[in-house]
Amino acid sequence: MTDIAAQRHIPDRLHSRAYRTMRSWESLLLAVAIAIFIVNSFASPYFLNAWNLSDATFNFTEKAMIAFAMALLIIAGEIDLSVASIIALASTAMGLATQYGAGTPELVVIGLSVGLLCGAFNGFFVTILGLPSIVVTIGTMSLFRGISFIILGDDAFRGYPASFSWFGQGYIYWVFTVEMMLFVIIAVIYGVLLHKTNFGRAVYAIGNNPTAALFSGIRVQRVKFILFLLTGLMSGVAAICLTSRLGSTRPSIATGMELEVVTMVVLGGVNILGGSGSIPGVVIAAFVMGLVTFGLGLLNVPGIVMSIFIGLLLIGVIALPRLWTMLASRGKS
Amino acid sequence: MSRFIPVRETILAAAIVVLLILIASRFSGFVAPSNLVNVFNDTAPLIILALGQMVVILTRCIDLSVAANLALTGMAVAMINVAFPGLPIPFIIAIAICLGGAMGAINGLLVWKLAIPPIVVTLGTMTIFRGIIFLISDGKWVNAHEMSEGFTGFPRAAVLGLPILSWCAVLSVIVFAVMMSRTALGRSIFAVGGNPHAAVYTGIDVGKTQFKAFVISGALAGLTGYLWVARYAVAYVDIAGGFELEVVAACVIGGISIAGGIGSVGGAVLGALFLGVVKNALPVVNISPFWQLAISGSAILIAVAFNAQSGRKKGRLILKDAEATR
Repeated sequence: MTDIAAQRHIPDRLHSRAYRTMRSWESLLLAVAIAIFIVNSFASPYFLNAWNLSDATFNFTEKAMIAFAMALLIIAGEIDLSVASIIALASTAMGLATQYGAGTPELVVIGLSVGLLCGAFNGFFVTILGLPSIVVTIGTMSLFRGISFIILGDDAFRGYPASFSWFGQGYIYWVFTVEMMLFVIIAVIYGVLLHKTNFGRAVYAIGNNPTAALFSGIRVQRVKFILFLLTGLMSGVAAICLTSRLGSTRPSIATGMELEVVTMVVLGGVNILGGSGSIPGVVIAAFVMGLVTFGLGLLNVPGIVMSIFIGLLLIGVIALPRLWTMLASRGKS
Repeated sequence: MSRFIPVRETILAAAIVVLLILIASRFSGFVAPSNLVNVFNDTAPLIILALGQMVVILTRCIDLSVAANLALTGMAVAMINVAFPGLPIPFIIAIAICLGGAMGAINGLLVWKLAIPPIVVTLGTMTIFRGIIFLISDGKWVNAHEMSEGFTGFPRAAVLGLPILSWCAVLSVIVFAVMMSRTALGRSIFAVGGNPHAAVYTGIDVGKTQFKAFVISGALAGLTGYLWVARYAVAYVDIAGGFELEVVAACVIGGISIAGGIGSVGGAVLGALFLGVVKNALPVVNISPFWQLAISGSAILIAVAFNAQSGRKKGRLILKDAEATR
């Protein structure tokens, strides 16, 4: 049965099955990650180098920060396609503030608050007007990036204060970058939030059955609104890191990143229809994607060809277990 | 009465007319027939793709790979044209449609046989198709001087005052209007999106119908791929980058419900025309093209909010419907 509604109306069976596959999913992903790591280290003599590996984390840390918030949102049955455009708008706002002489603390505040505002804007349309999030965020995706284009046009903002570069280029200890540390801290926070708190329980409940969640006393709309605020906030954090790392803002910054974030979340075992998934899965998926792009980069494979591998990985990882169960059940009967 | 006048389409058509009047009040040249023909011709690819996307969305799926499919087919036929300049154009078009349809079939099979959510499948195939373009072309461009004259001239050739590109859009609209209202396939597409459970009990294979929708969308993307590359006389990896979202936007503005089952051919066409008029009018009324994204984004939000209001159930709801919060 391929239709969405039918799967949604059998939550018990689906949940237990999804839970089991999720467990095996994480181990499968981990095996994939280790395999890619080994292949990489044989494929290129430059791979096993602490500095290289540390640089490689830039491939995924910014996307993963958003992916954690996105994972919660998708588990709750919604999606936010506007995250890359929020980065563009937050980055533009920070660039604009720099032209008026804002220092690093002000820039951070501006970046975070623009992210929160954009998240609130999405949340307003989805929870208060009750519109489907995929359509709303396709709209705000054009809107937010459009505002960046209106402000910037063909230009680029530069001239960020020297201390601002710490976020994207700084090291905390030896080879461990600030971004890597942020990634770890955010992963732990989201892991606790989703797996150990009532809020996380509410997120799962909403994703499995919004009506039942509502009648069991969960404020469905409020939780969803908070989740949109969180993706907005994380996009703000990513905007600070990315702007600081690149040292300039263009309206085309982070183009297409929303799809990579969604890919990362889905690869991490989160059900795109909502209701199941885990933060450890997303962490492993982030490493898998980072390792794949980094390894292929060392082999001089162009970026666009890497996307073939990411696409195949996405479809393959999801299709293989289903193909397996299909063949197994056919063998039995 | 309301049975005969579709409200959404009428309002959208009125909005387009008001838009045209506003533009004409300052720049009368915009509504000159020759310019309107140009606007329609510019919008033709969007109309064709929106029709395919409409069918997919009606069955509760989404096809994010249309632009990548278009680009890959365009590159493939351009390279075939360079290698065999003598091939007749009908043959090239047949190749484009089959190639696009085959890519649509890949999406459809993954959705039908493996039950992978359509958004995941097409997200994956989108990046795969784009990557394959790079592989087959080595990142090189196919330029105008390499293509044969017949290849690039075909979509621009005028028949009865309209370029063939426009005629392709007109023809697609007619074919779809008939298909959606007069054939079993059209009915089953609405049935699958409206209520999959009921569709199953009436003997409709939900997965197979979704498969067919993807093949239709893919075939149209393939056709547009040839028309696009031939019209602009250039093929490269990033052709029509991000166009898939514009196609979805046209459908959404046209009142096609993303939850499936609700929508019409007229809506999709008018949604595409609305975006086309806005896009073409901006430079004319001296608004920088940089405003285009923000304006189309606002248009999507307004259209969605409006559709949700008009589609809201009358009367008191005691139990909030689960489908509404989906």
